[in-house]
Amino acid sequence: MDAETLAARADARRRWGLAAPAVAIITLFSILPLGVVLVYSFLAPGDFGNVRWQLSFEGWFSVLFERDIFDDTISLSDAHLTILGRSVALSLATTLITLVLGLPTAWFIATRPLHQRAFWLFLITIPFWTNLLVRTIAVQEMIRSEGVFNRLFLWLGLIDAPIQMMFTNFAVLVGMAYVFLPLMVLPVYSAIEKFDFRLAEAGYDLYASRAYCLRRVILPMVRPGIIAGSILVFVPSLGAYVTPRIMGGGKSMMLGNLIEMQFGQGRNWPLGAALSLTLTALVLAALIWYTRLTSGGRRNG
Amino acid sequence: MADRAFDTRRLPGATVLALACFVILYIPMVILVANSFNTGKVIGQWEGVSLHWYARALQNDAFLAAARTSLILASLAALIATITATMAALATTRSRGFRGEGTIHIVLNQPIMVPEIVLAIALLIIIAQIKQATGYTGLGYLVIAHSAFCIPFAYMPIRARLEGMDLTLETAAADLYAGRLYTFRKVTLPLLAPGILAGFMLAFVISLDDVVISDFLKSPGQDTLPTYLLGELRRNLTSEIYAISSLLLLISVLIVAGSWLLTRKKT
Repeated sequence: MDAETLAARADARRRWGLAAPAVAIITLFSILPLGVVLVYSFLAPGDFGNVRWQLSFEGWFSVLFERDIFDDTISLSDAHLTILGRSVALSLATTLITLVLGLPTAWFIATRPLHQRAFWLFLITIPFWTNLLVRTIAVQEMIRSEGVFNRLFLWLGLIDAPIQMMFTNFAVLVGMAYVFLPLMVLPVYSAIEKFDFRLAEAGYDLYASRAYCLRRVILPMVRPGIIAGSILVFVPSLGAYVTPRIMGGGKSMMLGNLIEMQFGQGRNWPLGAALSLTLTALVLAALIWYTRLTSGGRRNG
Repeated sequence: MADRAFDTRRLPGATVLALACFVILYIPMVILVANSFNTGKVIGQWEGVSLHWYARALQNDAFLAAARTSLILASLAALIATITATMAALATTRSRGFRGEGTIHIVLNQPIMVPEIVLAIALLIIIAQIKQATGYTGLGYLVIAHSAFCIPFAYMPIRARLEGMDLTLETAAADLYAGRLYTFRKVTLPLLAPGILAGFMLAFVISLDDVVISDFLKSPGQDTLPTYLLGELRRNLTSEIYAISSLLLLISVLIVAGSWLLTRKKT
C-alpha cells in the first residue's frame, strides 16, 4: 500500500469523523423513524391504536381498497381515492396559480433598477419567513363566514347571506396558494435575474416577434427557475397538513390529514404507516422527475 | 437602438399582475394586524383601537410559557444544528472525492425530502415508546428532533460559503507554519462566519416555524408558540389570537430586516 492511498484513507476518516454528529442525529431522528414506519406498515392494527406484531398486508391493501364488513367483497376505497385525487389535484392547481401570479412578479422585480430590487425582494421575503400558521390564520380571516369578503359583499348588497367558503376545496386551494406563493417567486426571480437581456435584444434586432422571442429565447433560459419554483410549491402542497386542516377541516381533507387521522380517532396505525410511505413515494417521484428534468436540460443546453 | 418598437424588459401585463400579487400577499396580513388592535372581543365588530389584547396576551401565563419554550427550543436546536452542520460542511467541501461522500450528502438532505407530517408520525411512534420506557418527558425530545430537521437548512448556507471561499489564504497560513487548528481558528472560521450566522438564523426560523412535529411530540405543558396558537384556534376565536399572530409576524420582520442589514454590511 503506497503513501498516497494511506493519506487518502486518513483524509476520508477525518472527514467521516467531522460529519459523524450530523449524520448520527439525522440517522437516529429522521431515517430510523421512517424505517419503523416501514415495519409498522406490514403489521396488524392493535385494538386501541398501536400495532400487533403479526405480519399483515392489510395496511397497504387498505390504501386503495376496502373490504365489505358483511360479505368480504373487495372494492376500491372511494374515501381514500377521493382524498388522494384531491391532494394531487389541489397541489397541481396550487402550483399553477402560484406560477400565474409568481412569474410576472418575479419578472417585475428582476426588471426593476438594481437599487429598487432589494426593496421588492424584501416584500417577498417577509411573508416567506412568516410563520405558516400565522399566514393561514390571516387568509382564513378573509374568507370565513364572518370574514372580510363576506362582510364586504353583504355591505355592498351583493349577497343576502354569507357565502360558506370555508371547509371546501376552494378554501384549501386559496389557503395553499397564498401560503406557498413566495416559494414560487424567489427561484423564478433568480433565474430571470441571471438572464442577459442583450440576448433578447439580439433576437428582436434579428426581427423576431415578441412572442417568438419570449418562446424561443427567454422561456428556455428561465425554465430552470420555473421548474424549481413548481417543485418547491408542489412538494409541500402535497404533504400539507396545517393549512388544509384549518381551511378544509374534516370536509376537505388532504393526504396529510388522513394520515394524522389514522393515529388519532381512526386508529389504524398500519394503514397510517402505509399512507405515510405512499405520500413519501409521491414526493420522491416528483423530486426524481425534477432532477431528471434539470440534468437533462443541462445536457441539451 | 432607440427605434426598436418595444422594450425587451417589458412583458405585457406583468406589472399589473405583479402589483396584484403584492396586494394579495399583504392585505390579509395588514387586516390581521389591524384586528389585533380591536378592543372588542368578537372579531370583526370594531369597538375602538387599543392594545387591550396585547396586554392580555402578556399577562397570560400559558402564552408566556409557550414563548419561553419556543425561544429555548429554537435556540438550542439551531445551536446544535449549526455546530454539527458546520462540521459536516467542512467534511464535504473542498475534497477530491472520498469514500462515502455521496452517502453523507444524501443523509444530510434527507429530512427536507420527507413530508413534515410523515416525519412527525414516524417520530411520534418511536418517541412515545422511549417516553414510556424511560419516564423522561423533558424538552430533550423536541430539541433533538428539531435539530435533525434543521441541519439541512443550516448546512446549505455554510456549505455555499465554504465552496466560494478562496483557498490561498489558508495555504498561505500553512506555508507560514501555522498549525492546522491555528489556521482553522484564525483564518477559516472568521471567513466562514457569515455563512455560519446565516445557517444559524435559518435553522432558528425553521425551528420557530414548526407546528406539526412539535404538536405531535410535545408532552403536556410543552406548548410552543405555534402549537399554543393552534390550540387556541381550536378552543376559542378571540382577538388575542390576532395579537399573538401579530407578535410572531413582528419577529419574522425583525429577523428578515436583521439578516438584511447583516449581509449588506458584509458585502
